[in-house]
Formats: sequence, C-alpha cells, structure tokens
Amino acid sequence: MTDFLMLSFLFLAAGVIAVPVASRLGLGSVLGYLLAGIAISPLLSALHVDVVSIQHFAEFGVVMMLFLVGLELEPKMLWQMRSKLLGLGGLQVGVTIVAIMAIAMMFGQTWRVGLAIGMVLALSSTAIVLQTLNEKGLMKSDGGQASFSVLLFQDIAVIPMLAILPLMALPELVELASHTTNDHAGAGDHGTDIDLMGNLPAWLQGIVTLGAVGLVISAGALLTRPMFNFVASAGLRELFTATALMMVVGIALLMTLVGLSPALGTFIAGVVLANSEYRHELESDIDPFKGLLLGVFFITVGAGVNFPLLFENLWSVVAMTLGLIALKTTVLIVLSKIFGVNAGDKWLFSLGLAQAGEFGFVLLSFTVANHVIPKAIADQLLLVVALSMLLTPALFILYDRVISPRYLRGGEQEPDEITEKGKIIIAGHGRFGGIINRLLSWSGHKTVVLDYSSSQLEMLRAFNVKAFYGDASRPDLLHAAGIDDAEMLIVAIDDKQKATEMVHYVHHNYPHIKIIARAVDRQHVYELYAAGCREIIRETFDSSVRAARTALEMLGTRKFDAELIVQDFIERDRHIIREMAPHYDPDIPIHKNQALVEKTKELMKAQESELLGKASANTTTSRAWDFSKRTKPESDD
Amino acid sequence: MKRVLVYYAHPAHRFSRVNKALLDMAKDQTNVTVIDLYEEYPRFRIDIDKEQDRLRNHDVILFQFPIYWYSSPSLIKEFLDLTLEHGFAYGAPDAALTNKIMGLAVSTAGTESDYSETGYQTYPLRTFLTPFEQTARLCNMTFLAPYAYFGAHAEQDGFLNEHVQSYGRFISALRDETLDIDAACALDLMNATNLPVKG
Ligand SMILES: Cc1cc2nc3c(=O)[nH]c(=O)nc-3n(C[C@H](O)[C@H](O)[C@H](O)COP(=O)(O)O)c2cc1C
Repeated sequence: MTDFLMLSFLFLAAGVIAVPVASRLGLGSVLGYLLAGIAISPLLSALHVDVVSIQHFAEFGVVMMLFLVGLELEPKMLWQMRSKLLGLGGLQVGVTIVAIMAIAMMFGQTWRVGLAIGMVLALSSTAIVLQTLNEKGLMKSDGGQASFSVLLFQDIAVIPMLAILPLMALPELVELASHTTNDHAGAGDHGTDIDLMGNLPAWLQGIVTLGAVGLVISAGALLTRPMFNFVASAGLRELFTATALMMVVGIALLMTLVGLSPALGTFIAGVVLANSEYRHELESDIDPFKGLLLGVFFITVGAGVNFPLLFENLWSVVAMTLGLIALKTTVLIVLSKIFGVNAGDKWLFSLGLAQAGEFGFVLLSFTVANHVIPKAIADQLLLVVALSMLLTPALFILYDRVISPRYLRGGEQEPDEITEKGKIIIAGHGRFGGIINRLLSWSGHKTVVLDYSSSQLEMLRAFNVKAFYGDASRPDLLHAAGIDDAEMLIVAIDDKQKATEMVHYVHHNYPHIKIIARAVDRQHVYELYAAGCREIIRETFDSSVRAARTALEMLGTRKFDAELIVQDFIERDRHIIREMAPHYDPDIPIHKNQALVEKTKELMKAQESELLGKASANTTTSRAWDFSKRTKPESDD
Repeated sequence: MKRVLVYYAHPAHRFSRVNKALLDMAKDQTNVTVIDLYEEYPRFRIDIDKEQDRLRNHDVILFQFPIYWYSSPSLIKEFLDLTLEHGFAYGAPDAALTNKIMGLAVSTAGTESDYSETGYQTYPLRTFLTPFEQTARLCNMTFLAPYAYFGAHAEQDGFLNEHVQSYGRFISALRDETLDIDAACALDLMNATNLPVKG
C-alpha cells in the first residue's frame, strides 16, 4: 500500500511540477513529462520500481487516445481520408523500413535483423504527436490530418509486424537461448495473455477476428444507447464514467484476445460512436484518464533512459538518433511533396513524425523475446527510440521558432496561388469569419478568404467562395491575397497572438487599410488597440449580451425596455474599454502600468454601483420618459 | 360584426398610467385584436408582410398612443412608413384599406383649453393630428374623431376611470357596429361624455 502511494505520489508530483514549468517555457507538456521522468529515474531505481511494466500499463493511454480520436472522426471523414491513409501511411512505413534495412545491412547486419530494426524504427509516436498537435490546435490543419493518417496506418501496421517478426528468428540466437535459461520469457507480451486463437485453424482465426471487429461495430451502434439509458436510470454521475471505461477496457480486451491491436479496436469503436448523442459524454469521461495515463507513459519513457549505457555509447547512440530523425524526415518530406501536403505544414508533418515511437518499445522487447534481434543491439536501439522521442518536443520547437518563420519568409511559394483579388480580405474562416463572409457576400461584396484548414476551404470552394489556403498571418500570403490594393482586412483568426501581429503588420505597412479585428477577451482588445486597430469586436460579447437580454425578457421585462437596458450596458462597457485601451502598453505588465491602474480605480467606482445593481434604475434613453422624477407633475411641454 | 384591431404604442409603458389602463380595457374586449407594437418590435424591425395581412383581415384599425411632441411615438411612424406601401395602401384601384375605418385614441399632458387658439399650445389637438387624418383619406379610409384624454398628469376626480370604461364601450360598439359612424366622423373629438353609441 505504501509502495503504491509512494509511487503515485512520485509520479504525480513530478508531473505537477515539471509540466507547468515546461509549458511556461513554451516546451509543451510532453517534454515536461519526459523531463520529470528523467528527474525521478534515480529515485525509481533506488526503489526498485519496474518502470517497464508501468510503461506497459500506461500504454493504455494510447488506446484511450485513439478512442477519443475516433470519436472526433465520423465514418464519412475516415472514408475521405482513405487515399492518404493507405498511400501516405503505407509508403511512409514501407519506404522507411527498406531504407533503414539497407543502412543496417551496410553496417554488417543480416537482412533479417535489418528488417526487424526497420520495423521497430519506422513507427512514430502516436502519443507524443497527437498530444502535441492537439495542444497546439493543429489537428485540423493539413499537416495534422496527414500526420494522423500516417499514425493510424502505423497503428494498424503493428499487427502484421507482430505476426511476421517471430518468423524471422535467428537460428544462432534460438540456439543460444535454449542453452541458457531464457530470461526474456514473456518479455514481449504484456502480462499473461490468454491466447484464444492458438489452436484454431487459420481460416477460423480469420472469421473470429472479423467477427470481433463486427461485434465492436454492431455493439457500438446498437447497444450504446440502451446501455447508457440503463445506467442513467441510476442517476449517478460516476456510473457514466465507469461505463465509458468499461467499454474501452472491454473492447481493448476483446481485441487482445483475438490478436488485434487494442488501439485499432477502440479507434473503430470511437468512429462508430462519433455520431451518437453520447459522444461528448464519452469524451469528457475518458479524457482525464487518457491524460493521466499518457502522462505516466511519458514519465516512464523519461525514466527508462539507461544513462550508464547511454554515456558508454554516447556518440554512436546520438549519431544513430540524429541519423534516424534525418532519414525519417527526408522520407516524409518527399512523400508530402508527392501527396501535396501544403507548404507550411510539410515541415510540421515531417519533423513531427521523425521520432520512433512507443510501439518501438513493444516491438523491441518482442523481437528480443523471439530471438530476432540480439539483446546488445536491442538495448542500444531502445536508447535510440527513447532519445528520439525525447528530442521530438525539441523538433516541434525548432519548427515553431526557426524553420517555420524562416522557411515562410524566403521559401518556396507553395500556398495557393491567389488569382482573385478582393477589396475585402477575411483572414480565418471558422465560425467567426464564416459568418462575416456569408453576410458580406450576401450583400454583394467580393471577399477573399484565407484559412489554413484545407477541408474547410474545399467545402467553401464547392459553394463558389474564393478561398485560399495558407497561414493568413504570413505577410507573403497577405500580399498574394492583394493586401496592397485591398480596402479592408478582417482579422477573424482565433490565434490571439497571430491576430495581434497581423494587425500590427498591416496597420504599419498599409495605414490606409481599414482593419476590423476579432478579440478573444478584454486584454486582447487592448493588445489589438495598441497594435493600431480601432474596430475591435469581442467574439462572444454580442451573443452574451443577447442572452442576457433574452433572460430579461423572460423575467418579464418589456422587450423594448430590455433592449434599452442592453444598449445602455453595451455603451457603458464600451466606454470603459475605450477609456482603458489607450493606457495599455504591451511592454508593461498590467498591474505595473500606473496609468492603467489609476484609470481602473476611477472606472471601478462606476462599475461598482453597476455590480451592486445601483446603476440608475432608468436607462439613459428612458430618462426623458419618467415623469415620477420631475419635481412638478404638471405638463411642461 | 366588425373585426377591430388595436395597435398600441408606448415606449415608456412602464411609466404609463393612462394608456396602461386603456390598454387593459382594450384587452378585456372579446373578439378584438390588440397588438402591443413596442413589445412586438422592440428593435423596430417591422414585419411588413405580417402587418399588411393583419390590416387586410380587420375592418377597424385603431391606433392608441400618448402624444409625444405633438405627434405619435416614433414606432407608429416607422410602422406607417413601412406598412402603408404603394400598391397596398394607396395608388391602386383595389388598395387593401379601402372603406376600412381608422381611429385614434390619444392622451396629452396639455389640457383641453391649452389646445386652442388662445391656449398655451396655440392650435387645437385636431390640427396636430391632421397627418393621420390625411393618411386615412389617402388610403380611402374613414377617419373617426380621435378619442382623446387631456391633462393626463393631473388628478381629475375619477374622470380617468370614466374615460377608461367608455373606451371599452367605444371599442365594443365598433365591433358590434352600434357606433354611429357618421356622427363619430362629424365630431371634433370623442370622449366619455359624447360617445355616439346607437340605441
Ligand atoms: C417625450 C415626451 C413628449 C411629450 N410631448 C407632449 C406634447 O407634445 N404634448 C402634450 O400635451 N403632452 C406631451 N407629453 C406628455 C404625454 O403625452 C403624457 O405623458 C402621456 O399622454 C401620459 O400618458 P401615460 O400615463 O399613458 O404615459 C410628452 C411626454 C413625453 C415623455
């Protein structure tokens, strides 16, 4: 018990400390966990903790993650992805395996060992990549979608790999193993596997496998609703969570029993449930577990780095890791050219998937257990896999800070060639920009829309909207979109910082252009104001105000009165912001900005009475209408 | 039986004394449509088609409002501007309002004597209401003498109550066709004391 508590505390504390620090430094949570793992690894070894078995347990986080990914992906979308999935994914795995095998053979390995190493290293880390892309909000971008296709294919490809590897056992190793006591027994499988299929003939195995997948699909489609209804009758919130967990665990179990990848199974189940009304319920139930398990998983990766071995072979391991990253990046770059992944995203995609992944660990222990790769080599490869995963966040940072900006400024012109120049440029075509575009087009204006999600754009083009792919905050794209002779720019992207930068850039380089900007919150209003924008629209302000107005109406206030109250409120609120905005200075933190603090205090007084409901009972407009306020009740007009 | 439609417009209904009581009385009449315009169109976005249909489906159109600056509150103006379209209300042989009746029910702070050539308001109340009168004429409608309440802010010994009760009789008489329309047209103004109800 104390062991368990101790261990839990250790993992939790490490994560709780390291992740915020890493996030603050802009390194992302994954690197935080990895560093936490490295930090506690001496403690873990002092306590004789079996890191590997914890890691196997935590891999279940990957299974959950794929379930969640599936939930976000409707069957229709999956079908639309099929060419990327098979083409991009298939080629990535195939070409990388062959290339690594060739290199291994050049270094004197047999083709079998080479092939096995290729399989181990060709796979990337679903956990790290998806987590990072989600965190950065890039899942829906072209690069995100391409990455996802490849990762999904890899997850599926693990299954045949596990089947092929035992066939390639090295006779010498088998020989050796039979002489010494086999201390790797069972290293390849996670705990005790019950093998249902062992004794069945191949055709029956096929049927059972298909049957299991069919079972997941049909049960997901047919049983979810009655099951949740049944559970709901108990009226206990935690039962939903239990049910969701039971589903995921059950599917994973079934898949393991028939020898399929549990990740694949839960992914399919997720897709089946993507349209169901319980989707959000499932999502919010599973998500915390996924997060925690992945965190533990990353910590174990960090903790699993065998430092003595690493320092002994430092240069060769580092060289192999860098070589691996370079090789995988090259393959991915070439493929992304072939498959037309958009310019900006090409590097994201290629660098993002350049590491080896958690399945590499699985395959490595499996190969050793099956006498395919000698243990000495496997130990070094383990370091390569871990190190490459450890370097991935660094690659993302490299992409963010160095490659992306430089590449974008100089670089190849691969965003869409913008043929149509409009007087109005709308940057960002999400929920916000989309409505602006609809309204302006509807009233007969020509717009040019920029967005970085190509699926969005394809849909738009189907509706004859002039839409172009690219990161709208990039000067060259703005230029191509005709910013030079545009009349108006509407900044509707949801990235705060980019929006501000864009306003700043356009305001200073094209002072004649009218800029309207979407602000996320108050502080963002000030930032946009400081950047030179004067038409700033808070994205949720108007809808909130309308909701409040409806509330007033439903509480019995006359609609016209509610309207006047709301207009007054808006005016007051705008007034405050207008008063504050000029005092904001992006270089001084708000609480240290003396002028702003003074102004706030001053305005606070007015606001206070507002908050206490003491704002004049009358709206400004109706002042003229209230006769009770007049000293003389006689008519005077 | 005639179909009576009352359009009520008061931007400050919350502060109203006279018109509030009149409105409640109008609402108490059966088979009479009462539309509270500021409640229906708080953002002044008149549904033109709907209102034209309403006008078509009634025989008597009554506008009830307080006098604001010698005219109606602005929403009435907006309503007329948008609804009385060319071709619908005028300018066509089959204009939809032909032979319908238009009436006004108004209240003022000024007294009856204020509204005279020697009074404080210089002109009689009817003079200020001529835009409505001529609007009715242009639309081929019959214009009744306005049902008026003066001195709205003064205490008048139960006269308000009388005025309100008689408003109910006025509306129901229009509905039941017991109001002497010719007499009502011939009067200068109508009130509780001179309502020309037949029988
Ligand atoms: C903006 C405004 C303008 C007004 N203009 C006039 C006017 O021109 N002549 C007049 O006699 N009373 C005028 N009044 C007084 C209103 O007509 C009077 O308050 C109303 O008829 C009282 O009815 P109620 O109790 O239903 O509000 C005005 C009142 C307001 C608020």
